[in-house]
Amino acid sequence: MKSFAALLMRDVRLAVRVGGGALMGAVFFLIVVVMTPFAVGPNLKLLALIGPAILWLGGELATLLALDRLFAADQEDGSLDLIRTGEIPLELAVLAKAVAHWLTTCLPLVVISPVLGLMLNVEPRALGWVALTLLAGTPALTFIGLVGAALAVALRRGGLLLAILVLPLTIPVLIFGVAAANAAIAGPAPFGPPFTILCALSLASVVLGPVAAAAALRYAME
Amino acid sequence: MAVIDLANPTRFLKLANRLLPWLAIATVLMFAYGLNGALHAPDDYQQGATVKIMFLHVPSAWLGMFGWMLMSVAALGTLVWRHPLADVAGKAAAPIGAAFTFLCLVTGSLWGRPMWGTYWVWDARLTSVLVLFLLYLGVLALYWTAEEPGRGARAAAILTLVGAVNIPIIKFSVDWWNTLHQPASVFRMGGSSIDPSILHPLFAMAIAFTLLFVTLHLAAMRNEILRRRVRAMRLIQAQGLASA
Repeated sequence: MKSFAALLMRDVRLAVRVGGGALMGAVFFLIVVVMTPFAVGPNLKLLALIGPAILWLGGELATLLALDRLFAADQEDGSLDLIRTGEIPLELAVLAKAVAHWLTTCLPLVVISPVLGLMLNVEPRALGWVALTLLAGTPALTFIGLVGAALAVALRRGGLLLAILVLPLTIPVLIFGVAAANAAIAGPAPFGPPFTILCALSLASVVLGPVAAAAALRYAME
Repeated sequence: MAVIDLANPTRFLKLANRLLPWLAIATVLMFAYGLNGALHAPDDYQQGATVKIMFLHVPSAWLGMFGWMLMSVAALGTLVWRHPLADVAGKAAAPIGAAFTFLCLVTGSLWGRPMWGTYWVWDARLTSVLVLFLLYLGVLALYWTAEEPGRGARAAAILTLVGAVNIPIIKFSVDWWNTLHQPASVFRMGGSSIDPSILHPLFAMAIAFTLLFVTLHLAAMRNEILRRRVRAMRLIQAQGLASA
């Protein structure tokens, strides 16, 4: 437990200090949202209609942004080998790194999403609910992306491959996330069912993601 | 002959070379029979002759899904039993499965134009097949970037299994997503049971397509084994040149 916390804190510290990518995701998210009105026009009604979708798409892409460095940086400086030979199982170590990634990349997205939602003319009373869907859904994005990050390390190719591998697998998360957000804003469909399925997807990927990612890393280091 | 005996590539190559001509002949005969049946099948009273697209469309959809199932079994073979030919089987199946899925999408699109008045709708079935195609492309991209065959094989096996877990979820989520947007009654499949005069050639075509898949897969596995031998020989040759 102590090494788990130590690894978690190390990754959080690395991310928030100089050279880390903690707020890059949030800035990228902001830029994506700002660019949308330029692309579709400043029609407030239209923006309100597609607002939750833009928030979710932006959040998904911003999550991917920092993922390719998750294991690659550790592999380059050799700390991945230390982590692997350390006292906690690789699955738990991977879980710690993923939690740190979620705290530094996804949590800022969730925090600023109400402000960005306001800019997209999402109804003010629903802003909290939309942020809640992102809070419940982004763990699934991180933990599915985790598998892609580990595979990309195994092949020593990052970035683009990661997006191609991971994005199709996150389609269910996007569908239920946007469905829950839309239900919170306009109805008439209830908020509960898509939101609970979103939580289920997150929980399932928290369990399965580290196992698959650890398997991929073991092969990468053989 | 047990599966474990085929772990020897030379023995596998011998068997493949013996089977391939027979499989090719069986495929051609079955296609002749199936296409003949399909051409003589009665036109649908509503769809006219376009119903014949179904004889290509439905089998390719089945085999697109069959391809991923085969890859999943091969992935288990790679990761659990470390069968040397399992990763060859998985790698050989990926482009063939992708091709059948693509064929399914194209024929479906061509069928949709006269029937639904549009080449593409974001219908649940179409969308989930499209996502399956994207997953195939992901696996292919993984194989393309792998420098060493073995390393790429294990990475692709993990991705295949993750995909196998995810495909039912995607299918179910897409079905659910669709019902939110448009009523499912518009493109409902199989309202009435299919008439035997059409069902019979359809099964013949399905068998013909499966034979085609098996033939192509076996040939692709043979080519992959030979390709790896060429690679190994080139590496040895390069080492000889370097040390000389």
